[in-house]
Amino acid sequence: MNELGMVYALLGAAAAVFLSGTGSAKGVGIAGQAAAGVISEDPSKFAKVLIMQLLPGTQGLYGLIIGFVTLSKIGLLGGGAADISVKTGLMVLGACLPVGIVGLFSAISQGKTSAAAIGVVAKKPDQFGKAMLFPAMVETYAILALLISFLAVSAIQI
Amino acid sequence: MNELEYTYAVARIRALENSLLSDADIERLLACPDEGQCLQLLIEKGWGDGTGSMDAPAMLKKEEEKAWEVIEDVAPDMSVFDVLSYPKLFHNLKAAVKQVCTGKVTENVFYEDCAIPGSEMLRIVQNKEFQRLPGNMGAAAAEAYDTLLHTKDGQLCDVIVDRATLDAIYEAGLKAEDEIIQEYAESTVAIADIKIAVRSQKTAKSIDFMKRAMAHCRSINTEQLAKAAASGIDAIRDYLSGTSYAEGAATLMESPSAFERWCDNRMIETIRPQKYNTFSVGPLVAYVVARENEIKTARIILTAKQNGFPEDSIRERIREMYV
Repeated sequence: MNELGMVYALLGAAAAVFLSGTGSAKGVGIAGQAAAGVISEDPSKFAKVLIMQLLPGTQGLYGLIIGFVTLSKIGLLGGGAADISVKTGLMVLGACLPVGIVGLFSAISQGKTSAAAIGVVAKKPDQFGKAMLFPAMVETYAILALLISFLAVSAIQI
Repeated sequence: MNELEYTYAVARIRALENSLLSDADIERLLACPDEGQCLQLLIEKGWGDGTGSMDAPAMLKKEEEKAWEVIEDVAPDMSVFDVLSYPKLFHNLKAAVKQVCTGKVTENVFYEDCAIPGSEMLRIVQNKEFQRLPGNMGAAAAEAYDTLLHTKDGQLCDVIVDRATLDAIYEAGLKAEDEIIQEYAESTVAIADIKIAVRSQKTAKSIDFMKRAMAHCRSINTEQLAKAAASGIDAIRDYLSGTSYAEGAATLMESPSAFERWCDNRMIETIRPQKYNTFSVGPLVAYVVARENEIKTARIILTAKQNGFPEDSIRERIREMYV
Protein backbone atom coordinates (compact mmCIF):
# COMPACT_ATOMS: atom_id res chain seq x y z
CA MET A 1 0.00 0.00 0.00
CA ASN A 2 2.90 2.35 0.76
CA GLU A 3 4.23 1.88 -2.76
CA LEU A 4 0.84 2.86 -4.19
CA GLY A 5 0.98 6.07 -2.14
CA MET A 6 4.37 6.87 -3.68
CA VAL A 7 2.96 6.14 -7.16
CA TYR A 8 0.15 8.66 -6.62
CA ALA A 9 2.58 11.28 -5.33
CA LEU A 10 4.87 10.75 -8.33
CA LEU A 11 1.88 10.94 -10.65
CA GLY A 12 1.15 14.34 -9.13
CA ALA A 13 4.67 15.58 -9.81
CA ALA A 14 4.52 14.19 -13.33
CA ALA A 15 1.12 15.80 -14.02
CA ALA A 16 2.38 19.19 -12.85
CA VAL A 17 5.38 19.06 -15.17
CA PHE A 18 3.73 17.26 -18.11
CA LEU A 19 0.50 19.28 -18.35
CA SER A 20 1.97 22.73 -17.81
CA GLY A 21 4.98 21.87 -19.98
CA THR A 22 2.71 20.72 -22.80
CA GLY A 23 0.68 23.92 -22.54
CA SER A 24 3.81 26.05 -22.63
CA ALA A 25 5.25 24.19 -25.60
CA LYS A 26 2.03 24.74 -27.50
CA GLY A 27 1.69 28.38 -26.42
CA VAL A 28 5.28 29.26 -27.24
CA GLY A 29 4.85 27.46 -30.56
CA ILE A 30 1.79 29.51 -31.49
CA ALA A 31 3.45 32.79 -30.53
CA GLY A 32 6.65 31.66 -32.26
CA GLN A 33 4.85 31.20 -35.56
CA ALA A 34 3.46 34.72 -35.32
CA ALA A 35 6.90 36.07 -34.33
CA ALA A 36 8.51 34.35 -37.32
CA GLY A 37 5.88 35.88 -39.61
CA VAL A 38 6.73 39.39 -38.41
CA ILE A 39 10.50 38.85 -38.46
CA SER A 40 10.39 37.61 -42.05
CA GLU A 41 9.15 41.07 -43.08
CA ASP A 42 10.74 43.27 -40.39
CA PRO A 43 13.76 41.80 -38.53
CA SER A 44 14.15 45.00 -36.48
CA LYS A 45 11.26 43.87 -34.26
CA PHE A 46 13.10 40.72 -33.13
CA ALA A 47 13.58 41.71 -29.47
CA LYS A 48 9.99 42.82 -28.99
CA VAL A 49 8.40 39.74 -30.53
CA LEU A 50 10.83 37.44 -28.71
CA ILE A 51 9.59 38.76 -25.36
CA MET A 52 6.01 38.16 -26.48
CA GLN A 53 6.89 34.64 -27.56
CA LEU A 54 8.47 33.81 -24.19
CA LEU A 55 5.42 34.82 -22.12
CA PRO A 56 3.58 31.48 -22.46
CA GLY A 57 6.75 29.67 -21.41
CA THR A 58 6.39 30.52 -17.72
CA GLN A 59 3.68 27.90 -17.05
CA GLY A 60 6.21 25.17 -17.84
CA LEU A 61 8.55 26.68 -15.25
CA TYR A 62 5.74 26.79 -12.66
CA GLY A 63 5.04 23.12 -13.28
CA LEU A 64 8.73 22.36 -12.93
CA ILE A 65 8.88 24.20 -9.59
CA ILE A 66 5.92 22.21 -8.21
CA GLY A 67 7.48 19.02 -9.60
CA PHE A 68 10.74 19.75 -7.73
CA VAL A 69 8.94 20.71 -4.51
CA THR A 70 6.89 17.51 -4.68
CA LEU A 71 9.90 15.28 -5.36
CA SER A 72 11.74 16.96 -2.52
CA LYS A 73 8.72 16.57 -0.23
CA ILE A 74 8.40 12.84 -0.86
CA GLY A 75 12.12 12.40 -0.36
CA LEU A 76 13.15 11.42 -3.85
CA LEU A 77 15.59 14.34 -4.06
CA GLY A 78 18.49 14.41 -1.65
CA GLY A 79 17.38 11.59 0.62
CA GLY A 80 15.51 8.33 0.97
CA ALA A 81 11.97 7.90 -0.26
CA ALA A 82 9.38 8.69 2.42
CA ASP A 83 6.79 6.21 3.58
CA ILE A 84 3.64 7.61 2.00
CA SER A 85 0.13 6.28 2.56
CA VAL A 86 -2.38 6.07 -0.29
CA LYS A 87 -4.35 8.90 1.29
CA THR A 88 -1.29 11.16 1.46
CA GLY A 89 -0.28 10.16 -2.07
CA LEU A 90 -3.71 11.15 -3.38
CA MET A 91 -3.47 14.43 -1.48
CA VAL A 92 -0.14 15.17 -3.18
CA LEU A 93 -1.64 14.27 -6.56
CA GLY A 94 -4.59 16.59 -5.91
CA ALA A 95 -2.27 19.39 -4.78
CA CYS A 96 -0.29 19.16 -8.04
CA LEU A 97 -3.30 19.30 -10.34
CA PRO A 98 -4.05 23.09 -10.19
CA VAL A 99 -0.70 24.09 -11.66
CA GLY A 100 -0.90 21.28 -14.23
CA ILE A 101 -4.43 21.87 -15.52
CA VAL A 102 -4.45 25.66 -15.27
CA GLY A 103 -0.94 25.70 -16.72
CA LEU A 104 -2.05 23.65 -19.74
CA PHE A 105 -5.01 25.82 -20.69
CA SER A 106 -3.59 29.18 -19.67
CA ALA A 107 -0.38 28.64 -21.68
CA ILE A 108 -2.34 27.83 -24.85
CA SER A 109 -4.60 30.84 -24.33
CA GLN A 110 -1.59 33.02 -23.59
CA GLY A 111 0.09 31.80 -26.76
CA LYS A 112 -2.93 32.89 -28.80
CA THR A 113 -3.06 36.24 -27.04
CA SER A 114 0.67 36.69 -27.58
CA ALA A 115 0.20 36.00 -31.29
CA ALA A 116 -2.48 38.70 -31.41
CA ALA A 117 -0.22 41.08 -29.46
CA ILE A 118 2.62 40.34 -31.91
CA GLY A 119 0.22 41.52 -34.62
CA VAL A 120 -0.14 44.80 -32.71
CA VAL A 121 3.65 45.16 -32.46
CA ALA A 122 3.96 44.46 -36.20
CA LYS A 123 1.70 47.39 -37.01
CA LYS A 124 2.40 49.74 -34.10
CA PRO A 125 5.76 49.00 -32.45
CA ASP A 126 5.37 52.02 -30.15
CA GLN A 127 2.40 50.26 -28.52
CA PHE A 128 4.58 47.37 -27.30
CA GLY A 129 3.91 48.07 -23.60
CA LYS A 130 0.15 48.05 -23.99
CA ALA A 131 0.21 45.05 -26.29
CA MET A 132 2.24 43.05 -23.76
CA LEU A 133 -0.34 43.64 -21.03
CA PHE A 134 -2.94 41.48 -22.78
CA PRO A 135 -1.02 38.18 -22.70
CA ALA A 136 0.38 39.16 -19.28
CA MET A 137 -3.17 39.23 -17.89
CA VAL A 138 -3.52 35.51 -18.65
CA GLU A 139 -0.43 34.90 -16.50
CA THR A 140 -2.41 35.93 -13.39
CA TYR A 141 -4.33 32.66 -13.38
CA ALA A 142 -1.24 30.53 -13.85
CA ILE A 143 0.35 32.32 -10.86
CA LEU A 144 -2.77 31.74 -8.73
CA ALA A 145 -2.67 28.04 -9.58
CA LEU A 146 1.07 27.92 -8.79
CA LEU A 147 0.40 29.53 -5.43
CA ILE A 148 -2.34 27.06 -4.51
CA SER A 149 -0.32 24.03 -5.64
CA PHE A 150 2.74 25.28 -3.76
CA LEU A 151 0.81 25.96 -0.53
CA ALA A 152 -1.05 22.65 -0.77
CA VAL A 153 2.05 20.51 -1.43
CA SER A 154 3.95 22.32 1.35
CA ALA A 155 1.09 21.88 3.82
CA ILE A 156 0.79 18.12 3.39
CA GLN A 157 2.39 16.34 6.33
CA ILE A 158 4.60 13.44 5.28
CA MET B 1 -10.20 23.62 -40.50
CA ASN B 2 -7.37 24.40 -38.09
CA GLU B 3 -7.42 28.14 -37.64
CA LEU B 4 -3.99 28.12 -36.00
CA GLU B 5 -2.36 27.10 -39.29
CA TYR B 6 -2.69 30.73 -40.41
CA THR B 7 -0.81 32.18 -37.39
CA TYR B 8 2.46 32.70 -39.28
CA ALA B 9 0.73 33.99 -42.40
CA VAL B 10 -1.48 36.49 -40.56
CA ALA B 11 1.47 37.90 -38.57
CA ARG B 12 3.41 38.36 -41.80
CA ILE B 13 0.42 40.05 -43.42
CA ARG B 14 0.14 42.35 -40.38
CA ALA B 15 3.73 43.46 -40.96
CA LEU B 16 2.99 43.97 -44.68
CA GLU B 17 -0.14 46.01 -43.96
CA ASN B 18 2.20 48.82 -42.88
CA SER B 19 3.19 49.27 -46.50
CA LEU B 20 -0.40 49.51 -47.79
CA LEU B 21 -1.46 52.95 -48.97
CA SER B 22 -3.37 54.92 -46.35
CA ASP B 23 -5.89 57.71 -46.93
CA ALA B 24 -3.04 60.17 -46.18
CA ASP B 25 -0.93 58.60 -48.95
CA ILE B 26 -3.84 58.97 -51.36
CA GLU B 27 -4.11 62.66 -50.39
CA ARG B 28 -0.40 63.08 -51.14
CA LEU B 29 -0.89 61.42 -54.53
CA LEU B 30 -3.79 63.74 -55.26
CA ALA B 31 -1.65 66.73 -54.33
CA CYS B 32 1.02 65.76 -56.90
CA PRO B 33 1.00 68.15 -59.87
CA ASP B 34 1.56 65.48 -62.53
CA GLU B 35 1.83 61.75 -63.24
CA GLY B 36 5.64 61.77 -62.86
CA GLN B 37 5.44 63.04 -59.28
CA CYS B 38 2.78 60.42 -58.49
CA LEU B 39 5.01 57.66 -59.83
CA GLN B 40 7.96 59.04 -57.85
CA LEU B 41 5.86 58.96 -54.67
CA LEU B 42 4.77 55.39 -55.36
CA ILE B 43 8.39 54.34 -55.98
CA GLU B 44 9.31 55.85 -52.60
CA LYS B 45 6.56 53.69 -51.07
CA GLY B 46 8.28 50.62 -52.53
CA TRP B 47 6.12 50.19 -55.62
CA GLY B 48 7.54 48.85 -58.88
CA ASP B 49 10.39 46.49 -59.65
CA GLY B 50 13.03 48.37 -57.62
CA THR B 51 14.80 49.80 -60.69
CA GLY B 52 13.09 53.19 -60.43
CA SER B 53 11.30 52.65 -63.75
CA MET B 54 8.57 55.25 -64.40
CA ASP B 55 6.49 52.92 -66.58
CA ALA B 56 3.05 53.16 -64.92
CA PRO B 57 1.34 50.06 -66.43
CA ALA B 58 4.41 47.91 -65.67
CA MET B 59 4.50 49.24 -62.10
CA LEU B 60 0.83 48.43 -61.48
CA LYS B 61 1.21 44.97 -63.04
CA LYS B 62 4.26 44.33 -60.84
CA GLU B 63 2.29 45.30 -57.73
CA GLU B 64 -0.48 42.83 -58.62
CA GLU B 65 2.15 40.12 -59.04
CA LYS B 66 3.79 41.02 -55.72
CA ALA B 67 0.48 40.70 -53.86
CA TRP B 68 -0.06 37.18 -55.18
CA GLU B 69 3.59 36.20 -54.63
CA VAL B 70 3.16 37.02 -50.93
CA ILE B 71 -0.02 34.97 -50.68
CA GLU B 72 1.53 32.01 -52.51
CA ASP B 73 4.45 32.24 -50.10
CA VAL B 74 2.45 32.28 -46.86
CA ALA B 75 -0.85 30.50 -47.55
CA PRO B 76 -1.01 26.85 -46.45
CA ASP B 77 -3.80 26.17 -48.98
CA MET B 78 -4.12 28.20 -52.19
CA SER B 79 -7.45 26.66 -53.14
CA VAL B 80 -9.14 29.05 -50.67
CA PHE B 81 -8.15 31.92 -52.98
CA ASP B 82 -9.56 30.38 -56.18
CA VAL B 83 -12.71 32.46 -55.81
CA LEU B 84 -10.67 35.67 -56.08
CA SER B 85 -9.25 34.63 -59.44
CA TYR B 86 -12.59 33.58 -60.98
CA PRO B 87 -13.10 36.96 -62.71
CA LYS B 88 -9.70 36.60 -64.42
CA LEU B 89 -10.37 32.95 -65.29
CA PHE B 90 -13.76 33.67 -66.85
CA HIS B 91 -12.35 36.75 -68.59
CA ASN B 92 -9.84 34.45 -70.30
CA LEU B 93 -12.72 32.21 -71.37
CA LYS B 94 -14.64 35.17 -72.78
CA ALA B 95 -11.60 36.45 -74.67
CA ALA B 96 -10.78 32.98 -76.03
CA VAL B 97 -14.36 32.34 -77.23
CA LYS B 98 -14.44 35.70 -78.99
CA GLN B 99 -11.02 35.19 -80.56
CA VAL B 100 -11.89 31.72 -81.85
CA CYS B 101 -15.40 32.61 -83.11
CA THR B 102 -14.47 35.90 -84.78
CA GLY B 103 -10.98 34.92 -85.92
CA LYS B 104 -9.64 38.30 -84.77
CA VAL B 105 -6.40 38.05 -82.81
CA THR B 106 -5.87 40.83 -80.25
CA GLU B 107 -2.66 41.24 -78.27
CA ASN B 108 -2.54 41.32 -74.45
CA VAL B 109 -6.15 40.39 -73.76
CA PHE B 110 -5.46 37.39 -71.52
CA TYR B 111 -4.52 37.17 -67.85
CA GLU B 112 -1.58 34.86 -67.27
CA ASP B 113 -1.72 34.82 -63.44
CA CYS B 114 -4.67 32.46 -63.03
CA ALA B 115 -5.37 28.71 -63.10
CA ILE B 116 -5.85 28.56 -66.91
CA PRO B 117 -3.62 31.09 -68.70
CA GLY B 118 -4.52 32.55 -72.11
CA SER B 119 -2.69 30.11 -74.39
CA GLU B 120 -4.16 27.10 -72.59
CA MET B 121 -7.67 28.57 -72.63
CA LEU B 122 -7.35 29.33 -76.33
CA ARG B 123 -6.33 25.73 -77.02
CA ILE B 124 -9.30 24.40 -75.01
CA VAL B 125 -11.80 26.58 -76.90
CA GLN B 126 -10.22 25.92 -80.31
CA ASN B 127 -10.43 22.14 -79.73
CA LYS B 128 -13.84 22.46 -78.03
CA GLU B 129 -12.49 20.54 -75.02
CA PHE B 130 -14.99 22.26 -72.72
CA GLN B 131 -15.17 19.24 -70.42
CA ARG B 132 -11.62 20.13 -69.27
CA LEU B 133 -12.91 23.33 -67.70
CA PRO B 134 -13.78 23.25 -63.98
CA GLY B 135 -17.30 23.47 -62.47
CA ASN B 136 -19.96 25.33 -64.41
CA MET B 137 -17.34 26.81 -66.73
CA GLY B 138 -17.58 24.01 -69.29
CA ALA B 139 -21.33 24.42 -69.83
CA ALA B 140 -21.01 28.23 -69.94
CA ALA B 141 -18.16 27.97 -72.47
CA ALA B 142 -20.18 25.67 -74.77
CA GLU B 143 -23.24 27.92 -74.55
CA ALA B 144 -21.24 31.12 -75.14
CA TYR B 145 -19.39 29.50 -78.07
CA ASP B 146 -22.58 28.29 -79.78
CA THR B 147 -24.39 31.57 -79.13
CA LEU B 148 -21.63 33.73 -80.56
CA LEU B 149 -21.19 31.43 -83.55
CA HIS B 150 -24.89 31.42 -84.41
CA THR B 151 -26.04 34.91 -83.40
CA LYS B 152 -22.78 36.93 -83.70
CA ASP B 153 -24.07 38.76 -80.59
CA GLY B 154 -21.00 39.61 -78.54
CA GLN B 155 -23.04 41.13 -75.72
CA LEU B 156 -25.08 37.96 -75.28
CA CYS B 157 -21.83 35.99 -75.13
CA ASP B 158 -20.59 38.40 -72.42
CA VAL B 159 -23.82 38.00 -70.46
CA ILE B 160 -23.56 34.19 -70.49
CA VAL B 161 -19.95 34.16 -69.30
CA ASP B 162 -20.43 36.96 -66.75
CA ARG B 163 -23.47 35.19 -65.29
CA ALA B 164 -21.43 31.98 -65.06
CA THR B 165 -18.69 33.95 -63.25
CA LEU B 166 -21.16 35.24 -60.66
CA ASP B 167 -22.73 31.79 -60.23
CA ALA B 168 -19.26 30.27 -59.72
CA ILE B 169 -18.34 32.93 -57.13
CA TYR B 170 -21.62 32.44 -55.26
CA GLU B 171 -21.23 28.66 -55.37
CA ALA B 172 -17.69 28.98 -53.97
CA GLY B 173 -19.07 31.18 -51.19
CA LEU B 174 -21.70 28.60 -50.28
CA LYS B 175 -19.10 25.83 -50.12
CA ALA B 176 -16.53 27.90 -48.22
CA GLU B 177 -15.88 27.24 -44.54
CA ASP B 178 -14.39 30.68 -44.04
CA GLU B 179 -16.79 33.49 -43.27
CA ILE B 180 -14.74 36.02 -45.22
CA ILE B 181 -15.13 34.01 -48.45
CA GLN B 182 -18.88 33.69 -47.83
CA GLU B 183 -19.19 37.44 -47.29
CA TYR B 184 -16.93 38.25 -50.23
CA ALA B 185 -19.03 36.03 -52.54
CA GLU B 186 -22.31 37.49 -51.29
CA SER B 187 -21.12 41.10 -51.63
CA THR B 188 -19.54 40.50 -55.05
CA VAL B 189 -22.68 38.94 -56.52
CA ALA B 190 -25.08 41.44 -54.92
CA ILE B 191 -23.05 44.45 -56.07
CA ALA B 192 -22.74 42.96 -59.58
CA ASP B 193 -26.54 42.50 -59.69
CA ILE B 194 -27.06 46.12 -58.65
CA LYS B 195 -24.60 47.28 -61.33
CA ILE B 196 -26.45 45.20 -63.94
CA ALA B 197 -29.75 46.75 -62.87
CA VAL B 198 -28.39 50.32 -63.04
CA ARG B 199 -26.69 49.85 -66.41
CA SER B 200 -29.69 47.98 -67.85
CA GLN B 201 -31.98 50.80 -66.74
CA LYS B 202 -29.75 53.35 -68.47
CA THR B 203 -29.66 51.32 -71.71
CA ALA B 204 -33.37 50.34 -71.53
CA LYS B 205 -32.81 46.58 -71.44
CA SER B 206 -35.72 44.20 -70.97
CA ILE B 207 -36.61 42.39 -67.74
CA ASP B 208 -35.75 39.08 -69.40
CA PHE B 209 -32.28 40.34 -70.29
CA MET B 210 -31.70 41.43 -66.70
CA LYS B 211 -32.96 38.16 -65.26
CA ARG B 212 -30.57 36.31 -67.54
CA ALA B 213 -27.64 38.49 -66.48
CA MET B 214 -28.31 38.62 -62.74
CA ALA B 215 -27.14 35.83 -60.45
CA HIS B 216 -29.04 34.63 -57.41
CA CYS B 217 -27.82 35.75 -53.99
CA ARG B 218 -29.19 35.93 -50.46
CA SER B 219 -29.29 39.69 -49.91
CA ILE B 220 -30.90 40.76 -53.20
CA ASN B 221 -34.15 39.58 -54.81
CA THR B 222 -33.17 39.63 -58.49
CA GLU B 223 -36.79 39.41 -59.64
CA GLN B 224 -37.75 42.55 -57.71
CA LEU B 225 -34.54 44.34 -58.68
CA ALA B 226 -35.11 43.61 -62.39
CA LYS B 227 -38.70 44.86 -62.17
CA ALA B 228 -37.51 47.99 -60.35
CA ALA B 229 -34.87 48.59 -63.04
CA ALA B 230 -37.52 48.30 -65.74
CA SER B 231 -39.56 50.97 -63.94
CA GLY B 232 -36.76 53.52 -63.56
CA ILE B 233 -33.82 54.65 -61.46
CA ASP B 234 -36.13 55.87 -58.67
CA ALA B 235 -37.61 52.39 -58.38
CA ILE B 236 -34.10 50.89 -58.06
CA ARG B 237 -33.31 53.41 -55.32
CA ASP B 238 -36.57 52.59 -53.52
CA TYR B 239 -35.92 48.85 -53.73
CA LEU B 240 -32.33 49.19 -52.48
CA SER B 241 -33.47 51.40 -49.59
CA GLY B 242 -35.07 48.34 -48.05
CA THR B 243 -31.91 46.22 -48.33
CA SER B 244 -28.49 46.35 -46.71
CA TYR B 245 -27.32 48.30 -49.78
CA ALA B 246 -29.32 51.44 -48.94
CA GLU B 247 -26.22 53.64 -49.03
CA GLY B 248 -25.69 52.62 -52.64
CA ALA B 249 -29.19 53.85 -53.43
CA ALA B 250 -28.21 57.35 -52.26
CA THR B 251 -25.09 57.41 -54.47
CA LEU B 252 -27.16 56.39 -57.49
CA MET B 253 -28.76 59.82 -57.40
CA GLU B 254 -25.37 61.52 -57.03
CA SER B 255 -23.46 60.35 -60.11
CA PRO B 256 -22.40 57.14 -61.90
CA SER B 257 -18.83 57.47 -60.61
CA ALA B 258 -20.09 57.95 -57.04
CA PHE B 259 -22.06 54.73 -57.40
CA GLU B 260 -19.02 52.84 -58.78
CA ARG B 261 -16.96 54.18 -55.87
CA TRP B 262 -19.59 53.04 -53.39
CA CYS B 263 -19.51 49.52 -54.92
CA ASP B 264 -15.76 49.26 -54.22
CA ASN B 265 -16.05 50.92 -50.80
CA ARG B 266 -18.76 48.40 -49.84
CA MET B 267 -16.27 45.59 -50.49
CA ILE B 268 -13.67 47.31 -48.29
CA GLU B 269 -16.30 47.61 -45.54
CA THR B 270 -16.93 43.88 -45.88
CA ILE B 271 -13.27 43.02 -45.32
CA ARG B 272 -12.44 45.72 -42.74
CA PRO B 273 -13.18 43.55 -39.64
CA GLN B 274 -10.30 41.31 -40.75
CA LYS B 275 -7.89 43.93 -39.43
CA TYR B 276 -8.67 42.57 -35.96
CA ASN B 277 -8.60 38.87 -36.80
CA THR B 278 -5.50 36.88 -35.86
CA PHE B 279 -6.21 33.23 -36.64
CA SER B 280 -7.95 32.65 -39.94
CA VAL B 281 -7.55 33.06 -43.68
CA GLY B 282 -9.59 36.28 -43.43
CA PRO B 283 -6.67 38.75 -43.18
CA LEU B 284 -4.99 37.12 -46.21
CA VAL B 285 -8.11 37.47 -48.35
CA ALA B 286 -8.56 41.02 -47.05
CA TYR B 287 -4.94 41.82 -47.97
CA VAL B 288 -5.46 40.69 -51.58
CA VAL B 289 -8.71 42.66 -51.90
CA ALA B 290 -7.09 45.71 -50.25
CA ARG B 291 -4.12 45.55 -52.61
CA GLU B 292 -6.39 45.25 -55.65
CA ASN B 293 -8.35 48.23 -54.34
CA GLU B 294 -5.29 50.42 -53.87
CA ILE B 295 -3.86 49.43 -57.25
CA LYS B 296 -7.18 50.36 -58.86
CA THR B 297 -7.16 53.70 -57.01
CA ALA B 298 -3.55 54.39 -58.04
CA ARG B 299 -4.50 53.57 -61.64
CA ILE B 300 -7.41 56.04 -61.49
CA ILE B 301 -5.17 58.80 -60.12
CA LEU B 302 -2.35 58.15 -62.60
CA THR B 303 -4.73 58.10 -65.57
CA ALA B 304 -6.48 61.24 -64.36
CA LYS B 305 -3.16 63.08 -63.83
CA GLN B 306 -1.97 61.93 -67.25
CA ASN B 307 -5.10 63.43 -68.84
CA GLY B 308 -5.08 66.59 -66.73
CA PHE B 309 -8.38 65.97 -64.90
CA PRO B 310 -9.24 68.51 -62.18
CA GLU B 311 -8.71 67.40 -58.56
CA ASP B 312 -12.45 67.41 -57.73
CA SER B 313 -13.14 65.06 -60.59
CA ILE B 314 -10.42 62.66 -59.38
CA ARG B 315 -11.49 62.90 -55.75
CA GLU B 316 -15.00 61.78 -56.69
CA ARG B 317 -13.53 58.50 -57.92
CA ILE B 318 -11.16 57.81 -55.02
CA ARG B 319 -11.85 54.59 -53.11
CA GLU B 320 -11.54 54.16 -49.33
CA MET B 321 -8.36 52.46 -48.20
CA TYR B 322 -8.26 49.34 -45.99
CA VAL B 323 -5.74 50.66 -43.45
